[in-house]
Amino acid sequence: MASVDQSGFPILSLLLWLPMLGALMVLLIPRANEALVRNFAFAISIIDLALAALLFGMFIPEEAGFQMVEEFEWLPGLGASYHLGVDGISLLLVLLTAFLAPLVILSTYSAVKDRVKGFMFSILLLQVGMLGAFLALDMFLFYVFWELMLIPMYFIIGIWGGERRIYAAVKFFLYTLFGSVLMLAAIIYVYYIHMQQTGTATTSLLGLYNTAFSWDEQVWLFGAFALAFAIKVPMFPFHTWLPDAHVEAPTAGSVILAAVLLKMGTYGFVRFAFPLFPLGAMEYVPIIAVLAVIGIIYGALVAMVQPDIKKLIAYSSVSHLGFVMLGTAALTPMAVSGGLIQMVNHGISTGLLFLLVGVIYERRHTRLISEFGGLAKAQPWYAVCFLVATLASVGLPGTNGFVGEFLVLVGTFNSDALPRIFGCNYAGMVLAGVAGIGVILGAVYMLWMVQRVFFGPLSNKKNQGLKDLSLREAFVMLPMIIVIFVIGLFPNIFLSRVEPSINAFVEDVRERGELAQALSDTDRETQVDTGKKEDGNGN
Amino acid sequence: MSDQTTNILLWIPLVPLIGAFINGLWGRHFPKPLVSLIGCATVGVSFVLSLIASASVLAGHGEIRMVQDVYSWIAIAGLSISVSFVMDALSVIMSLVVSGVSFVIHIYSIGYMHDDDSYARYFSYLNLFVFSMLILVMADSIPLLFVGWEGVGLCSYLLIGFWFEDPEKASAGKKAFIVNRIGDFGFLLGMFILFGAAETLSFDGLAEAVTAGTITPYIATAACLLLFVGATGKSAQIPLYVWLPDAMAGPTPVSALIHAATMVTAGVYMIARLGFLYSIAPTASAVVALVGGATALFAATIGITQRDIKKVLAYSTVSQLGYMMIGVGVGAYFAGVFHLMTHAFFKACLFLGSGAVIHALSGEQDIMRMGGLRKKLPWTYWTFLVSTIAIAGFPPFSGFFSKDEILWKAMSTASNAGWATGWVHMAAYLMGLIGAAITSFYMFRLVFLTFHGKSRLDPHVHVHHEMPVMSWPLAVLAFLAFIGGWVNASLAGIHGFKHFLDPVTGHAQEAAVTLKHFAHSHSAEWAAAAASVIAGLIGLFLAWQMYIKNPDMPGNVAKSLRGVYRMLFNKYWVDEIYETLVINPIHRFSIFMWKIIDVIIIDGIGVNGPARFMKRLGGIGRALQSGNVQTYAFWLFTGAAGILIYLIYVAEIL
Repeated sequence: MASVDQSGFPILSLLLWLPMLGALMVLLIPRANEALVRNFAFAISIIDLALAALLFGMFIPEEAGFQMVEEFEWLPGLGASYHLGVDGISLLLVLLTAFLAPLVILSTYSAVKDRVKGFMFSILLLQVGMLGAFLALDMFLFYVFWELMLIPMYFIIGIWGGERRIYAAVKFFLYTLFGSVLMLAAIIYVYYIHMQQTGTATTSLLGLYNTAFSWDEQVWLFGAFALAFAIKVPMFPFHTWLPDAHVEAPTAGSVILAAVLLKMGTYGFVRFAFPLFPLGAMEYVPIIAVLAVIGIIYGALVAMVQPDIKKLIAYSSVSHLGFVMLGTAALTPMAVSGGLIQMVNHGISTGLLFLLVGVIYERRHTRLISEFGGLAKAQPWYAVCFLVATLASVGLPGTNGFVGEFLVLVGTFNSDALPRIFGCNYAGMVLAGVAGIGVILGAVYMLWMVQRVFFGPLSNKKNQGLKDLSLREAFVMLPMIIVIFVIGLFPNIFLSRVEPSINAFVEDVRERGELAQALSDTDRETQVDTGKKEDGNGN
Repeated sequence: MSDQTTNILLWIPLVPLIGAFINGLWGRHFPKPLVSLIGCATVGVSFVLSLIASASVLAGHGEIRMVQDVYSWIAIAGLSISVSFVMDALSVIMSLVVSGVSFVIHIYSIGYMHDDDSYARYFSYLNLFVFSMLILVMADSIPLLFVGWEGVGLCSYLLIGFWFEDPEKASAGKKAFIVNRIGDFGFLLGMFILFGAAETLSFDGLAEAVTAGTITPYIATAACLLLFVGATGKSAQIPLYVWLPDAMAGPTPVSALIHAATMVTAGVYMIARLGFLYSIAPTASAVVALVGGATALFAATIGITQRDIKKVLAYSTVSQLGYMMIGVGVGAYFAGVFHLMTHAFFKACLFLGSGAVIHALSGEQDIMRMGGLRKKLPWTYWTFLVSTIAIAGFPPFSGFFSKDEILWKAMSTASNAGWATGWVHMAAYLMGLIGAAITSFYMFRLVFLTFHGKSRLDPHVHVHHEMPVMSWPLAVLAFLAFIGGWVNASLAGIHGFKHFLDPVTGHAQEAAVTLKHFAHSHSAEWAAAAASVIAGLIGLFLAWQMYIKNPDMPGNVAKSLRGVYRMLFNKYWVDEIYETLVINPIHRFSIFMWKIIDVIIIDGIGVNGPARFMKRLGGIGRALQSGNVQTYAFWLFTGAAGILIYLIYVAEIL
């Protein structure tokens, strides 16, 4: 993968370190002046968003490799460098992260009344960790940011969370740490092997891509990375930290957790696990694909019977991210880009749903579905926003959700990679077919919830005087709703920038994963009647 | 066929969308007349624009089509879907029917909804529906059709649950959406198969792929069957028809527009549009014809016993959609579309008429508590009667020509599918013929019970006067229901409608089936028509006997055929069967997954198990370090003794 450096302007560093500067400056503001703390943090996040927009404008859509690259020696003894860059894949996720920050901060103006300073500090620090993890092109740097995210999130859940916050925070921390430690061990191993082979010590991702591993090594190393990322995604059956973390986290924490942190897992697969160990990846693709499909169905079924709205949405994340992982595993440009779009979609629509749940929680201090009913009468605009988020979540055409799910499913159904890897002609069709049931179930659990919360008589007295969205709340929701339709109606704005990088990714993984050989070894005869598909939708 | 580019096609759906936005966002603050004006005028503009766009197509006898490429919607890795509209003969008919009937029903709604609090919301949804439906009928590719398909589904959901404070109504909306989703699942898979084979999803591209042989009959059969699953959802066929009767929970004009005249015909339209595909998939077509025939008959039998005026019409709609499916299933695509059109007229008129009755009686829907309304509601009565004669299939009313066309085609052709040759079309024909007698029976039963005989009204009910704003739409639709069939009166040698559609569906139609030896015989065609008319007369006669002549008879018949009556009255218990066999098991399974798999096995044993183990290990360690010297001494001696014993007896060193 080549990289281009088209300007000396360090846009990525500015984007990355501005929230850090903001976080430090927040500490200098007197504790009593809460309004200033909030407004300052909000202003920082807005400027950061403007930088991200500038980055989007500077980005060259046709280019597959990394752009705006910045590289400096950092720890020469270790071979670690300060190495940043974006390609189409990280661009979207950086944009998502920067887009959500101001909205999340704005949403906490009334929700977080306690230790505002600490909260804003944590949010901004978290922002640094997330952006850094998406931008880092150095394994060591990536690992630092990856772990950096953990700490503020731990505090956000543990301090500003609900009743069982300590249990949830510790569970979140231990779960993630467990995966991270394995990944760290794998990183160190990769580092040593690379040093043995080339004589130079480096942690640069681009350098490590070229390390040669034996088949055994690949399988073990991919496994270690995959476990770390699968926990983060979370894939079934590593998902049980998620409902607890979501239910206990404050609204802002849930939004960031769902919208961005979970994407670290799926992003990790695409950026690290697959390209570093393509041979190992081929061994795991069947497991990943099957677990993804199980997650889609399982998450949807369990979501259906949840009594708590937030928990319902948490389980729905398991289902939605199953689509992302299925798309990634299908290894066709269409499915992978669908998966990437679905990452952004999930961030937007599920983020919006969590914000909306936060609105009602602030007013009623409960999230139990049975406590509600008929809210559409009391809060018509709130109901409209919720319905839009619901429709995006169930993938109605015209909303973002459709584009992602459609590309994942059509790409998986007609994948030429899955049949070769599974050694069965119908692998892609079966996986996409079963995953498609998730589309039905998605409508079931979401609409059933909407019906019980918003429709029917407004019989619970506590709900009768509920206020509709305030102007500030409307300002939080509106940009997200606009984005839902922009992606839904004009996905090419994003797809065109994603496509070259995705094509390069798919080509690279297939080539070095020796997918063609895998085919010729295992099932040459079963491929006869799908001859057309072999070169069909490869690109 | 030649293409002409134009830039007005986009505005046909877009203008109602703008209306939906304006009324949706600010309508609550507008006076009602302004809301009505926006709602009706935008649809009116659509209708006029459709007429303008149709002009060249009509002038070119269907050989010309208008196209507009708006923008590229999704383009990635070989998949290219654009928002492009096409106005060919089929789209002309559909868009005129949709925007025309919509316009009439919008006008009617001004009267019907005049004292509803959510007046603006109603018109906003209704405009949004027109937008989606027009996208559906003008789309030039399956995915764009699917956009409209899902869009009308959404509007149907919103409008069925329009009075959402009633949980039953909200629930009916949800049911409609979910049942349709099941169909959409099949639809999506069908689309994927076609894309896999042809690498395009535009209708033109698919047609080329069929000609080039890229789409083999084998692929086409699989895709057509899956797409038909989608059609059984949207067009309420067995086994997914169950949402439509419940959909009557919506306001009556909605039932007329969405759940009778337009949206529910989308499945028929889709098959006609993909006729080139269905014609090379005889097995799929045979299944369509069989399911259509079975639905036509099955739903008609339920219609006999229903007491709710709208429910009777709902089952009648399911049944009539079955006829359209027979039409497209036996390869007579134009006949299916023809019946679609005449049905839009007479069924919209019937629903609006029922709405007028319900409105006049302040919400009464039970026909057993009506009767004798003929004098009090003359406009409603006469228009209702015209439409009833049309649906019952008596010449020269519109339904006669269209239904007869379908039955004649079913009778005079044979399927090309090996297993289905010989009997499938004949079976579909027979089911349709018996269905025709039953249709006539339940429709005249409805007319007699509602408008004739003695009044059985609740004495407290005051019958309101008819409102002109509601009567005029009835008159327009009744007029169309009366004359609409003459565009294709084949018995009189008029084939205008068929010839107009031939450039779109003609080729497929010739390829689809094998003609029987008497297919061109006029006398056979007359005989078939006579058979349908006789079937209709039998139904009429029985209804007259039972509900005019001997009003006691229905009760006696119901008593003597108690089992049959209960089965029909309870709609064969299909809802209950679905609930027991599908919904409840899934629900129980989900709870099992959550409580047992998730909470106990994965989280309890898998995750917290090791944690508990560690805690216990730590607990043991903690117990050892109690700080109690006597305990330490005890363990010290025990340990020393243990080592000694080991060394002496086991290792035998000492």
